[in-house]
Amino acid sequence: MDLTFTAAEEQFRSECRAWLHANVPRGLPSGDTREGFALHLDWERALFDARYAVVSWPEAYGGRDASPMEWLIFEEEYYRAGGPQRVTQNGIFLLAPTVFEYGTQAQKDHILPRMARGDDLWCQGWSEPNAGSDLAGIQSRAERDDAAGGWRLSGQKTWTTRGAFCTHLFGLFRSDPEAERHRGLTYFLLPLDAPGVTVRGFGRLDGDEGFAEVFLDDVFVPDDGVLGGVHDGWSVAMATASAERGLTLRSPGRFLAAADRLVDLFRDYEETADPNLRDAVIRAAIDAEAYRWQTFLTVTRMTSGENVGAEASMTKVFWSELDVRIHETALALLGANAEVDDGGTASAASGWMKGYQFALSGPIYAGTNEIQRNVIAERVLGLPRR
Amino acid sequence: MRFAFTDDQLDFRDAVRDLLANECPASVVRAAWENDDGRSGAAWRALAEMGVLGALAAEDAGGLGLTVLDVVLIVEEAGYAALPEPLVEHALVAVPVLDDAARAAAGEITVTASLGDPYVLYGESADAIVVDDDDLLYVVDRADAMLAPAAGIDASRRLAWVEWDPATPVGDEATRHAAFDRGALGAAAQLVGLARRMLDLTVEYAKERQQFGVPIGSFQAVKHHLADSRIAIEFARPLVYRAAWSVTQGDPDASTHVSMAKALASDAAMLTATQALQCHGAIGYSYEYDLHLFMKRAWALAATWGDAAWHRARVGRAIL
Repeated sequence: MDLTFTAAEEQFRSECRAWLHANVPRGLPSGDTREGFALHLDWERALFDARYAVVSWPEAYGGRDASPMEWLIFEEEYYRAGGPQRVTQNGIFLLAPTVFEYGTQAQKDHILPRMARGDDLWCQGWSEPNAGSDLAGIQSRAERDDAAGGWRLSGQKTWTTRGAFCTHLFGLFRSDPEAERHRGLTYFLLPLDAPGVTVRGFGRLDGDEGFAEVFLDDVFVPDDGVLGGVHDGWSVAMATASAERGLTLRSPGRFLAAADRLVDLFRDYEETADPNLRDAVIRAAIDAEAYRWQTFLTVTRMTSGENVGAEASMTKVFWSELDVRIHETALALLGANAEVDDGGTASAASGWMKGYQFALSGPIYAGTNEIQRNVIAERVLGLPRR
Repeated sequence: MRFAFTDDQLDFRDAVRDLLANECPASVVRAAWENDDGRSGAAWRALAEMGVLGALAAEDAGGLGLTVLDVVLIVEEAGYAALPEPLVEHALVAVPVLDDAARAAAGEITVTASLGDPYVLYGESADAIVVDDDDLLYVVDRADAMLAPAAGIDASRRLAWVEWDPATPVGDEATRHAAFDRGALGAAAQLVGLARRMLDLTVEYAKERQQFGVPIGSFQAVKHHLADSRIAIEFARPLVYRAAWSVTQGDPDASTHVSMAKALASDAAMLTATQALQCHGAIGYSYEYDLHLFMKRAWALAATWGDAAWHRARVGRAIL
């Protein structure tokens, strides 16, 4: 055991910290609005130019070949510096790991550099009106078109995050309607300007146009738009799912920074706040530390070749519920000021209500926490499915 | 950054785990509730032979010259077994502060400790007691201490109120401080082990127990209770290991790290005790069933060496 960082890791941290401190934009509007998204893209491209957009990727695709530990260091520094939510995250953190694992060389060479530069902006087309937690209930179809050398997609995706601002979609479609639910699905990659695609943005809980419905009417996708094997989409998608639930989407840096902001807020409101809130602030700080060290333990296991698999569900429950608790505590500290909601731009106080609404999505997306607890019970503890 | 134990540390853990599986099954814990001294007898002697009792003593004092980090997994296993012995008090707290640790390292004498808590554990069967007063540490011979037995919720933990005459302190305030942190860390590691044990017991029961024609473990309400326990253990454990590292390295923030560990380990064990009882139902509420042996040890250890609220307050003084 050695819980110190190497000289090289410390050097990397210093470089990240210096660059981020000098370059992180202040007061960006929400990336889940049309105008905010454009401003966020400028930031994403600045990150790319400095080779900080995808630090863990190979240099050939715009990364730095950073180790998992270095990636965690980057994330800690990113959020410590007040870096904004990454509007490119669904491509970079969810699709890209799947492309690295399942993509052909041609797919990697085409998709990854364009994603890293922010040329192509990816959204996730999984949920459908009748397939949320029960993802295998997907009904959107893919029909074979041998003459054209591809597939024709029809159906509807919904609750697609930032779908109205993105250029491309990765999603699951039923390619073999005769097969058992989890089989007969294929993972497709397609541009949202393809003929037959209609995208309609709609408001999330906070009113931002962060959601979209995507309607597909006989949309042609050539064979090179299939990721992984035909009819093998479920297992390909599950690779993305564990990336989403686990480490890559929500690194500890985000919650360490949130806990630090909560500590700062407590100092500001200590005089007037309910004294019991002191304990809630301490709990949040301890939990953020626990998440950090559980991650270091997990990354050490992964780099030793262990497979963590279903254990990612524990991580997802923990960070999403921690995020809610941090925001609930902040709102309680704020008292009547908690009601102020100007989108988080005008005062430090108002950002917490905006953040609270976002935090409330955590226990829902990427598989509700009820589903995650089932996964933990069945696949970590070994309790019977039914 | 490499957050993993060495093969040597894991092998030592496995050896102790096997020893405890043989020498300290639940029947031994139950017997300790009723016997003269509340202790295991054979398991303690076997641990002495393996070198566990003197693990932290220098090699020239007959010890193994190991660190807290080397033994934290062993203490966790002692928690898993609900070993009815002053293992933490003797091996973690006392041995490193004794002038001559040879006899304690060999297990020829038992030294218990009481720092911060109002009573002493196994005082009547110990040969000496490490106690604190005004932030200083004292080693008191059993013969020089006046003990008044007190009944505890865990009847294997023989408690006594202790009075003693002033003597010469051992070391300074830092000595006392470090000894307390080793004790709190040891309690935290035991609590993680106890939580694991209660969860294992309950998972096995929930797979077997049938109601409405199916195993109760197939019900989501039961699954979610046990998933919550598993999560609590998952996130307490790394803080315990990190604290063991910090104590071993003499990290200036070691006390804060110990407090984070003790707070989450206490919470994880208390939660798991509650969930385990609820998921067992009436059988778990039965005195003849073993669950209560582990629950009551968890309650006792969560309350001692600083309870979760005490440790959170200590974290708060460091960070707020």
